[in-house]
Amino acid sequence: MKANDVILQTVSKVAVFIILTYGVHLFLAGHYEPGGGFVGGLVLASAFVLLLLSFDSDTVKRGMPIDFKMLAATGAFLSVGTGLAATAFGVPFLSQTEVHATLPILGEIPLASVVLFEAGVAFAVIGTVVTIILSISEDV
Amino acid sequence: MYTLNLAILIPFIVALFIPYLYRRLPGVHTGWFVLVVPAALFVLLASYIPTVAGGETVLSELPWIPSLGINFTAYLDGLSLILALLITGVGSLVVLYSIYYLSKERESLGHFYVYLLMFMGAMLGVVFSDNLMVLYLFWELTSISSFLLIAYWYHRRQSRYGAQKSMLITVTGGIGMLAGFIMLSRMTGTFSIREIVANIGQYTDHTLFVPAMLLILLGAFTKSAQFPFHIWLPDAMEAPTPVSAYLHSATMVKAGIYLVARFTPVFGGDAVWFWVVSIVGIVTLFWGSFTAIRQTDLKALLAYSTISQLGLIMSLLGIGSAALYFDVADENSVYFSLAVFAALFHLVNHSTFKGALFMVVGIVDHETGTRDIRKLGGLMTIMPITFTLAVIGSFSMAGLPPFNGFLSKEMFFTSLLRVTELSFFSIETWGLLFPIIAWIASVLTFVYCLILVFKTFFGKYQPEKLEKEAHEAPMGMLISPVILASLVVAFFFFPNILGEYILEPAYGAVMPTFVEANVFEHSIYAWHGFNTELMMTLGVVGFGIVLYRLLPSWKWIYAIFPAKLSLDSLYNHSLLTLERKSTSITNRYMTGNMYHYMVYILITIIAVVTAVFAYTGAFAIDTSNDAPISIYEGFIAVVMAVTALSIPFAKSRLTGILLNGVLGYLLALFFVFFRAPDLALTQLVIETVSASLFLLCFYFLPEWEKEKRRPKVKMLNVFIALAVGTLVTTIALSVQSNRLFDSISAFYENAYELAGAQNIVNAILGDFRAFDTMLEVVVLLIAGLGVYVLIKLKSNKGGRDVEGE
Repeated sequence: MKANDVILQTVSKVAVFIILTYGVHLFLAGHYEPGGGFVGGLVLASAFVLLLLSFDSDTVKRGMPIDFKMLAATGAFLSVGTGLAATAFGVPFLSQTEVHATLPILGEIPLASVVLFEAGVAFAVIGTVVTIILSISEDV
Repeated sequence: MYTLNLAILIPFIVALFIPYLYRRLPGVHTGWFVLVVPAALFVLLASYIPTVAGGETVLSELPWIPSLGINFTAYLDGLSLILALLITGVGSLVVLYSIYYLSKERESLGHFYVYLLMFMGAMLGVVFSDNLMVLYLFWELTSISSFLLIAYWYHRRQSRYGAQKSMLITVTGGIGMLAGFIMLSRMTGTFSIREIVANIGQYTDHTLFVPAMLLILLGAFTKSAQFPFHIWLPDAMEAPTPVSAYLHSATMVKAGIYLVARFTPVFGGDAVWFWVVSIVGIVTLFWGSFTAIRQTDLKALLAYSTISQLGLIMSLLGIGSAALYFDVADENSVYFSLAVFAALFHLVNHSTFKGALFMVVGIVDHETGTRDIRKLGGLMTIMPITFTLAVIGSFSMAGLPPFNGFLSKEMFFTSLLRVTELSFFSIETWGLLFPIIAWIASVLTFVYCLILVFKTFFGKYQPEKLEKEAHEAPMGMLISPVILASLVVAFFFFPNILGEYILEPAYGAVMPTFVEANVFEHSIYAWHGFNTELMMTLGVVGFGIVLYRLLPSWKWIYAIFPAKLSLDSLYNHSLLTLERKSTSITNRYMTGNMYHYMVYILITIIAVVTAVFAYTGAFAIDTSNDAPISIYEGFIAVVMAVTALSIPFAKSRLTGILLNGVLGYLLALFFVFFRAPDLALTQLVIETVSASLFLLCFYFLPEWEKEKRRPKVKMLNVFIALAVGTLVTTIALSVQSNRLFDSISAFYENAYELAGAQNIVNAILGDFRAFDTMLEVVVLLIAGLGVYVLIKLKSNKGGRDVEGE
């Protein structure tokens, strides 16, 4: 898409970072508050979509040399892998666990294995959505 | 602790690395890396022999889906050990042989060894699994990996045909077996074979007992190529010879035998089991040996001989199961159960001599370029070692001393003669037929063994008919068959070592009550006096030689069975008819018009859902419990209705998409009102992404032309739209007032204690129902790749470059 989108491009440059930050926040907040891997992934993906809409796909590709198909596959592997990893500890497939660690400044924080699982979900969502959009927009 | 589970998984894990090894180290034949796996596993499993011979069993349980009673339980007893040793032992030899057989320049070895390792792991899984569902999983995995192996030379039409045939037949049987397993577990309340065996006495009168038995037998018969399902085995010979040697003689076809043996304690002693197993076995034995004689292809001949030998083992298991009819204390029972011992003995013997024979045929094929016995002959002096191996293998198969086949063949005769002494299941009438059919089949076996040896190695050498100049095989290729042939001889001279350490524990696993009562005692003797069995063997040799001499004069007998009436053509015909019919039906409704599909889907929904709801009386609207509607909600509902109604009247695509988006955002507002922030968030983002996706797609499409439809069609559309709308609204309203089940929310109330998550939605997604989420992620990935591939394929067709070119 070639058009004069100065305003859109300028706004996007700022907005993308806000969206990305918000996406990461949503992803991490998921355990206790609204959010999670799926929504977080979608928000992150929508940031990429915004970039694609305001710039052309070549520019985006140069800025982010990520193979989104690989990202999606990695995500699916991660989800299945965390499930399998549970069996290595002698507990049923896909069992999740949680430990509480104490860090110097932050104090006690919970670390849950579900984060890894959700990260897999997020990667798969981002990878799939962007792959679809990239394929459609490149097809033109 | 999980040694056994790991033993099953190791081949799969190694298989993951094979493609890399294949690509990174092209100088080394990939087979050398693969060889380590079965060899190491063989040593590991062999170390269990003393333990198992001591009467102990090993069990290791890995929880998989404990809530459904499905656990990855590996169980090692005599029976699984015998099969596992064959799988890894013959596996090692086959891999070694394949290193010399498959050229690393011409073949895609990466694929080959991945399939082979997959098969090996699956096969180990079958014999070690104690859980019915896990057993089924591995069972089908052997079908799939054998499909891939048979179709290894997929550019050949015959390979693809053979692969499809074996897959269709064995998987059909497998699904029957699954149904049988489910019935069995419904009866007994457990998936564990050990527990089923332990409690079986209580279930013999259950109505599902016989159906479950027959379905499980269907699985076993299709896998072990029993009549009339044997037709896939000859076509499976399109696979490379190492595969034939491995899958189609030593291991996969033995899975059915294993299954029958494994379930003998469950179903044995029942008249149906006895008759079905022994009759199918004996018919297969006869038909296989009869058909083998007419073959001109060496591998096809061996395929039919395998079928016939599998029938022999099957019939022995059937006869042996009759022992369970008697009380353990009964002297007769031990006497009859000897057939089971003979079956296991022949199982081992068959793997050794048939493995060797397949390798011999592979060598002949490899060094002369043909397997057609009409072209071969006079190879004795050119290939002396191969010739010796062929003689050892086929004379063992024919049941001659001093080879192990003689011993098990004599025991086979003994067992069949005992059938005539049985006096239950009304066998008195038919008992005599068993030894007669078996004897005829043995004569025929002798004849095709002679054909195999004499037509290939004696007579006149005809180099002009061969594709290559014949010469002896390289040493490496001979190692494996030499080892197997040495075993053939060794087992003859020292059968009792095998008997004591391997066969007796296996017998104990099939006939557990007999071992507990400590009544079983058996030694194998090569010389057992001038008795009926020996006379029968002498008769086999005498008649066999005569028949072989007179072969041309009685070959007309095969012309009685015209090719058109064979089971093969029945299979081909029904497959073709099925294909043609389904194509014509599919073409009728798959018009390629999106409008038609929508109409079908919506009309189905209206019809089915209305019928079900009306039938169950679920259309009962009760508004008394509903919360009052606030002003905002009412306002948004009205706006939504207006938006929805204006979509059909939109003038351009863009307007339509935007209106659709407005609907989605308003719906998200409802989620906010009703305190479902997670849903609202997701809905908002989804709406944004999908609206921009739509815009991207439609931006480039040609101008929207309103479709002109006839008034009749328009009326139909309006009717469908109204009906669907009314239906969904009614359902939504009646769902509120119909509580057929208890609310499930109580189940998730303690989410924080169980999952440590305060956000219940995520606790469900990531923890309680993580399996769903995991598979959804995979589905998403597949959908994404699907879109990618479809678009790239399309642009490829349009003459554009594919990515990377």
